[in-house]
Amino acid sequence: MTEHLITFTLNGRQREVRVPAHRTLLEVLRDDAGALEVKEGCGEGVCGTCTVLLDGEPVSACLVLAPHAAGRRITTLRGLGEGDAWHPLQEAFATAGAVQCGFCTPGMILTAYAFLKEHPTPSREDIRHAIAGNLCRCTGYAKIIDAIMRVAAERAAGG
Amino acid sequence: MPAVPFEYHAPDTLEEAVALLAKHADGAKALAGGQSLVPLLTLRLARPDVVVDLNHLEALRAVRREGDNVVIGALVRHRALERGEGPLRDCPILQEAAALIGNVRVRTLGTIGGSLAHADPAAELPAVVRALDGTVVARGPQGERSVAASEFFVGALTTALRPGEVIVRIRLPVLGPRVGYAVEEFSRRAGDFAVIAAVAVVEVRPTGEIVRARVALAGAGSTPARLPGVEAALAGERPDARTFRRAAEGAAGEIEPEGDAHASGAYRRHLARVLTSRALARAAAVASRRTA
Repeated sequence: MTEHLITFTLNGRQREVRVPAHRTLLEVLRDDAGALEVKEGCGEGVCGTCTVLLDGEPVSACLVLAPHAAGRRITTLRGLGEGDAWHPLQEAFATAGAVQCGFCTPGMILTAYAFLKEHPTPSREDIRHAIAGNLCRCTGYAKIIDAIMRVAAERAAGG
Repeated sequence: MPAVPFEYHAPDTLEEAVALLAKHADGAKALAGGQSLVPLLTLRLARPDVVVDLNHLEALRAVRREGDNVVIGALVRHRALERGEGPLRDCPILQEAAALIGNVRVRTLGTIGGSLAHADPAAELPAVVRALDGTVVARGPQGERSVAASEFFVGALTTALRPGEVIVRIRLPVLGPRVGYAVEEFSRRAGDFAVIAAVAVVEVRPTGEIVRARVALAGAGSTPARLPGVEAALAGERPDARTFRRAAEGAAGEIEPEGDAHASGAYRRHLARVLTSRALARAAAVASRRTA
């Protein structure tokens, strides 16, 4: 089985792995790069749990073959905050009670992050659509939407 | 579950890609955005010996205007269609249709060529290409050929592509003034494949009558279905709600949908009527606004 040498940037740091092409980015991130904040849910692209940003755009890490990471910039939840400080979305999720079991949270926050970059002043309805591809089995979503709204409102207020 | 290991090639030229696909024929799969193929690999429903990754073929990402057509490279992503930048703006139905595809992650990577080649009967883009009488340009060992949308979709997950052929671009007509469009769909959950999707394109005269209406349905059979009876009933008519409702009644008689876990055949017929009527009415309203 041929292995491919793949270099990519993970949360700002260059990484190099040697993997066969049939491995997914999810496996590479968790097993080779130790990025355990990336969670595996359904493994078929439906639940959004393994969402990461590929050059800033959300993808299901389970539906990306390892070679597609070559030369790309990958951002996981750990890449959002400044150093040890939390990102405002992380703060807002904690404060709003948008985290229960926490398994969907990394994917949910990354989806919200990419969405807010493009839509800085969303309505609740816009947010509902934006996170429709991320499943949460605990919260009932209302508090997740509250948290995302809060961050958008703080930014609009210049916070 | 990890995919069964395969030999992986990422050629830099179309010639190499076609040669590899032709050489390995049924044992090879072309990889574009991977949003249909990768789950098939990891569920082990597909076990190709060879995967030919098309993502290094930069020429397949181009979009250009050619006379009255927009020519879209096979590797153009759904997100680009959804954003509708550049010449894609001239065929704005793509924006509406692409926004309905899967979830945002699928749209980040999924491609128009991949969607057409995969030919899921419930997918939106095949129905749009069928409604617009688009053309699929394929490249194979014998060179390039153009296939009309009416000939391209052969059955569920089956197209007119021959072994060794890949889609290189798609030609769609520019939607000019007084041409309106709409995509209406019903799905069980946001982001699911449509149970039924209705794609309508309506052209109106300055005086208001319908010049031509085109309707295609996804989810109503093994391939996207045009509704010639509904279309014929609308030519020359005034675009009012009653006319659309009456014409759309005919939709149910033009399809033979099968029942499955998502919906019975009878429910699909009902949806075909309702969604066809809604799509036509909205397309006509859009047409009357597009006067410039």
